[in-house]
Amino acid sequence: MHATVCDYISDLVQNSIEAGASLIQLDVYTGADVIRIRISDNGKGMSSATLSRALDPFYSEAGKHDHRRVGLGLPLLYQTAEAVNGSVEIESTPGQGTVVSFTFDAAHIDTPPLGDLPSTVVGLMTFDADFDLEFRRETAADNYRVSRAELTETLGNLQESVNFKLVRDFLQSQENDLAQ
Amino acid sequence: MAKLTLDDLRKLRESKQQSMDMRDPTNKDAHIIVGMGTCGIAAGAKETFNAIIEELNERNISNVLVRQTGCMGLCHSEPTVEVVVENMPAIIYGRVNADLGRQIIVKHIMNKKMLDDHICDKPAMDIIGS
Repeated sequence: MHATVCDYISDLVQNSIEAGASLIQLDVYTGADVIRIRISDNGKGMSSATLSRALDPFYSEAGKHDHRRVGLGLPLLYQTAEAVNGSVEIESTPGQGTVVSFTFDAAHIDTPPLGDLPSTVVGLMTFDADFDLEFRRETAADNYRVSRAELTETLGNLQESVNFKLVRDFLQSQENDLAQ
Repeated sequence: MAKLTLDDLRKLRESKQQSMDMRDPTNKDAHIIVGMGTCGIAAGAKETFNAIIEELNERNISNVLVRQTGCMGLCHSEPTVEVVVENMPAIIYGRVNADLGRQIIVKHIMNKKMLDDHICDKPAMDIIGS
């Protein structure tokens, strides 16, 4: 399994990017009892047959990777959710998009730590594809949101290392200010 | 750190831009691409990515683009990092931890010297087929 919740987020958002999504919404909620993540996209979606195969670690969508035929992202997520009293829900419609939601029991001893959320989010924004990523962060008492489009509008190319650091500082300041 | 607004970000960017414009922009076309597939993430590619960004910022190197990509097909050698510098061959480095990521900035980007022991090039197309 992955080391942090952010690793699962990276994996799943990357799936959305590779599915050709032009709009991806990432919701991250952390509370005393539960960690709840939702990733929705308007990418190419999956049929129910493809979705059931995607849960098989020895399956990877044809053409997604040139030289390997395994895909561990979703199987790892299911494995972890099962281990920490969590849940996973996937809704997908071919041609319309996919929504992946999962919860982990925040108090479970095997629940991975959240990880470095600012670095993870800004890292996802540096993927070389034409998409918008709307990040919505919430706790029981507070929230904030930011999108790739408005950060690009503010700073220019986010792949410039100086911009990466600025966005990370920006997100970290939002995290530090977030009431729990 | 005080909570920043988008307007604060814009002003910070403008102040950084003024100092960057005073420098001679060498290595203008350098790109660093970090593999961030499931395999890369599990092997620590995020730490590598962050170390590369930190080193670039600490050394005030502003004209290198850094981006993430998915699995490069070299899962056995993760984390993998591709470095593309003008007038040099495109190189994929394998097993790049944070320390090696920093060395790549100093040796490959700044001094145009490849790190021979860590090169993990793509297989030749005539061997693997299309």
